[in-house]
Amino acid sequence: MYPSEYRYTREHEWIKVEGSTATVGITDYAQHELGDIVYVELPKVGARLAASQPFGTVESVKAVSEVYAPVSGEVIAANDTLAQSPEIINKDPHGAGWLIRIQLANPAELSGLMDAAAYQAYLAEKSKEAAF
Amino acid sequence: MSRPAPARRHVSRDEGLIFEKSAPGKRAFQLPPLDVPAVEAAEALEPAYRRGEIEGFPEVSEIEVIRHFTRLSTWNYSIDLGMYPLGSCTMKYNPRVNEHVARLDGLATEHPYQPVELSQGCLRILKALEKCLLEITGMDAITLQPAAGAQGELTGLLLIRAYLESRGNPRRKVLIPDSAHGTNPATVVIAGYQVQNIKSDAQGQMDIEQLRSLVDEDVAALMVTNPNTLGIFESRIAEVAQILHAKGALLYMDGANMNALAGVARPGDFGVDVMHLNLHKTFSTPHGGGGPGAGPVAVKKILEPFLPVPVIEEKGDQLALHLNRPQSIGRVRAFCGNFGVLVRALAYTLAYGPGIRRATEDAVLNANYIRRRLEDVYELPYKLPCMHEVVFSDARQRKHGVNTMDIAKRLMDYGFHAYTTAFPLIVPGALMIEPTESESKEECDLFIAAMRAIAEEAAANPELVKTAPHTTRVGRLDEVAAARRPVLRWKPPAAENKEEALQLSTAGSQKNKKS
Amino acid sequence: MRYLPKSESERRQMLATIGLQSPDELFVTIPEAYRLGAPLRLPGPLSEAEIIEYFRARARENSAGYTCFLGAGVYNHLRSVVTDALIQRGEFLTSYTPYQAEISQGTLQAIFEFQTLVCQLTGQEVANASMYDGSTALAEAVLMAQRLTGRRKFLLARTVHPEYRQVVATYARNLGLELRELPFAASGQLDLAAARDALEQDTAALVVQTPNFFGVLEQVAELAALAHVREALLIVCIAEAVSLGIVHPPAEADIVAMEGQSFGIAPSYGGPFLGVIATREKFVRHMPGRLAGQTTDNQGRRGFVLTLATREQHIRREKATSNICTNQALMALAATIHLCLLGKEGLRELALQNVAKARFARAELAKIPGVRMPFSGPVFNEFVVEFPRAVRLVNSELRQEKIIGPLPLGQFYPDQTKRGLLCVTESMPRTEIERLAQAVRHALEEPL
Repeated sequence: MYPSEYRYTREHEWIKVEGSTATVGITDYAQHELGDIVYVELPKVGARLAASQPFGTVESVKAVSEVYAPVSGEVIAANDTLAQSPEIINKDPHGAGWLIRIQLANPAELSGLMDAAAYQAYLAEKSKEAAF
Repeated sequence: MSRPAPARRHVSRDEGLIFEKSAPGKRAFQLPPLDVPAVEAAEALEPAYRRGEIEGFPEVSEIEVIRHFTRLSTWNYSIDLGMYPLGSCTMKYNPRVNEHVARLDGLATEHPYQPVELSQGCLRILKALEKCLLEITGMDAITLQPAAGAQGELTGLLLIRAYLESRGNPRRKVLIPDSAHGTNPATVVIAGYQVQNIKSDAQGQMDIEQLRSLVDEDVAALMVTNPNTLGIFESRIAEVAQILHAKGALLYMDGANMNALAGVARPGDFGVDVMHLNLHKTFSTPHGGGGPGAGPVAVKKILEPFLPVPVIEEKGDQLALHLNRPQSIGRVRAFCGNFGVLVRALAYTLAYGPGIRRATEDAVLNANYIRRRLEDVYELPYKLPCMHEVVFSDARQRKHGVNTMDIAKRLMDYGFHAYTTAFPLIVPGALMIEPTESESKEECDLFIAAMRAIAEEAAANPELVKTAPHTTRVGRLDEVAAARRPVLRWKPPAAENKEEALQLSTAGSQKNKKS
Repeated sequence: MRYLPKSESERRQMLATIGLQSPDELFVTIPEAYRLGAPLRLPGPLSEAEIIEYFRARARENSAGYTCFLGAGVYNHLRSVVTDALIQRGEFLTSYTPYQAEISQGTLQAIFEFQTLVCQLTGQEVANASMYDGSTALAEAVLMAQRLTGRRKFLLARTVHPEYRQVVATYARNLGLELRELPFAASGQLDLAAARDALEQDTAALVVQTPNFFGVLEQVAELAALAHVREALLIVCIAEAVSLGIVHPPAEADIVAMEGQSFGIAPSYGGPFLGVIATREKFVRHMPGRLAGQTTDNQGRRGFVLTLATREQHIRREKATSNICTNQALMALAATIHLCLLGKEGLRELALQNVAKARFARAELAKIPGVRMPFSGPVFNEFVVEFPRAVRLVNSELRQEKIIGPLPLGQFYPDQTKRGLLCVTESMPRTEIERLAQAVRHALEEPL
């Protein structure tokens, strides 16, 4: 379910590193929580992002969620297909539903992120808390 | 003999858009003949300033207008039909005499710029309403200018800012409880302040110790609703006021829940510095499908110099509109307020007089009666006594996969409008119910019976509830498609698409033909 | 009390169900110090007949019997009785905001039709379901332009309604927005050269009104071109919406803020009225106010819902496009009905009647020695007259004849005390226009 080569944040973003660049999106858990996604607001190419700062929003009919940058970097691409078809995020959150690609500013920041096993454990803990 | 075509469902259930009924040359309104020399379009204005015909503008007859809108009206629920148990909306009876007086010649006809000597009647109405609202709220001064509650909130915050500025420091933060109505934080931002959230305690009231720790010299005000959005009176409100005042901050009260207090208690007495009222809630002016309303703001003496212009002042037995007030925050809207709404609110107040307390008692009685008769089947997250509204949660029904939205939709099948769903935010899966004093015991009992039936259905037949409503004119509407690819206006179909457009507008009756 | 549907015995039963004896016990959570011991000192209770008499008495204390030539943002047009007959239906009058779409299709479809009509009239692509009035719609348009451009400087023509400008100032003051006013030319229009010179790289928007406060039509296309060169927006506000029956719509504008009072809404001493914002489709997510959208239900039937709600306060809270919640829905319905009654030909004819009446009045007044028309630009149904003496003095003479004359401009433009704004709509009989001219002639013949 959660690709082993990705890294994950506590805010439910994923990041796939490819050399000095990376692709960022939201996880399957996040899209499920939001429900049917209707609109996505993404930054322009060239925008500089700081780690843990919001860089965009993902909207369902009844809620808006901010998306946070897993690491710092400069936006080199934004997924334009989401403007016409935001539902791609629901269908394929880890693949075709990617949000942005960035040029990494500080690869050392990656070490603070969770791997797939840690993220899954984090989700399991969250669902236990909810049950109370 | 050929077989007659099967009968269609009458078009009154499938009324199309007015544009779809248009045909060239039809007219619904005839102007009296011109008694001055006519001016042709070409002479009226130069070509650069002139428009051509308005493509697609309606062309229908008078009877078609009457039928069109009459049919549309039959698709609406309304207070005239039955209860709206909407929490914090105070959907009470809209007295018809109010409609009558607002339309009187000599009131509906008046221009706000006419000489003040020729407007004494209008000004006396406004002054009378001001005095009644001050008596009800226990405050010192008031403005009737703001057009709605949200604008009242903005006005109130601007008054606070002006007052604090006059003392040297406007400060930067406004405290907002996590149970607050969405207009509160939105307004704070427009007033140029930052929002700081304050959590409620385990009983659903303001956490006084947290408040004490948060109030510093950077806090301009706390915006409180009392009773709060759980319907619970903030019994330590005087202490709240003291904590704020000790640090030079002010207490703003959102008056949306005045229906629990009118004639029983006065916010001015328990430390409120500034508050707004929603005349379309407590004071019975009609909602009209979403407005108009009015949001007067009442203040203590210290804020009086900053009130928006115009201010109505008495000069002997004459009234005048004062614009020259050097410390005023300025104008919040053109002219003089939603006069027609203010007339209705005064008519309502005059109908009750000092007996307004009785309405408040009935409102609180109804809410508590419903609470007692539903608390065994719906989860009550906060157990303190409530006033004019009660908040349940869908926790028990969620075990069967049924949530508050589903229950609300199923309630429509029982002939009621939904209660307020998913608010306040501090109760996940909230059901916020406010019956108002306009509901009879019979109506309350019917509502209770419906809610109890739905609770049973949620357990025994959850699918029925989750796919509700089943008996309304349209089923559950696709809000996702509406948000993904918004269609926000009708467009004249291009020639090839005319057939498709016709199909779409008759799709409903086609379905019925088949069934 | 006639509005309360409970008998004493029902109250007792219900109290018993809760385990209480008297209604006072319902309020124990209010500290005793704040529980009122005595009834409030309020006038009443009044019966229905007494209420009506009270308001009739107030109605007699206003301007009954006077002929009024005022406009300036509030217009006296003919209204069909059909409009009130429809909006007084309980299903429209007493219904709630259409959040529960399945039982509010009447309201939602009417809003959708209203949005469409506004687009057709203004030449814009989308319109919202209403704002409070023209003045606050303009203020919200300014805030919207700030969000869209990220810039904080605004240029407002002095020919925009003075009270609208005051409202914008109130809203802008605490948000760090800089407002600058631009002068008008001899035509009575915004001075194009001044606008060109004032537009800078960091101007968010240029704001004009057409017809403007002097009744003169602005050069919208030219102003749009000037603004767009600087990548600034053009905001056009419209106070006299009937003008759109003949005047070229402001399609080149980026945002239109309109007052719809002229469409079937009574003057009512200043409110409630009908604001609306219309704009380009690409700006829709930055637009404040409710929006009705078309969709289908689970059976494929067409229906309407409030949509793009994530812009609004109940979801976005502090990040909302506006704090607006209650709007002017019933007034929007009245305007929709009124426009359907007028129809395409009727609206045009109405606009031309206004032009004809104003032109006649202007011609009659121009014959009077000493009276001049200071502005040369094209007008619709309002125009500025200049007298050889203060307008207030002339008006007090007119008042003896039961005429409410032109609005003195001196209160808004201190150097223009001899100028007044006169409005003549289709509802003004010729005989009254002639009587006005005669009264002005006499007033000016009087020695000071």
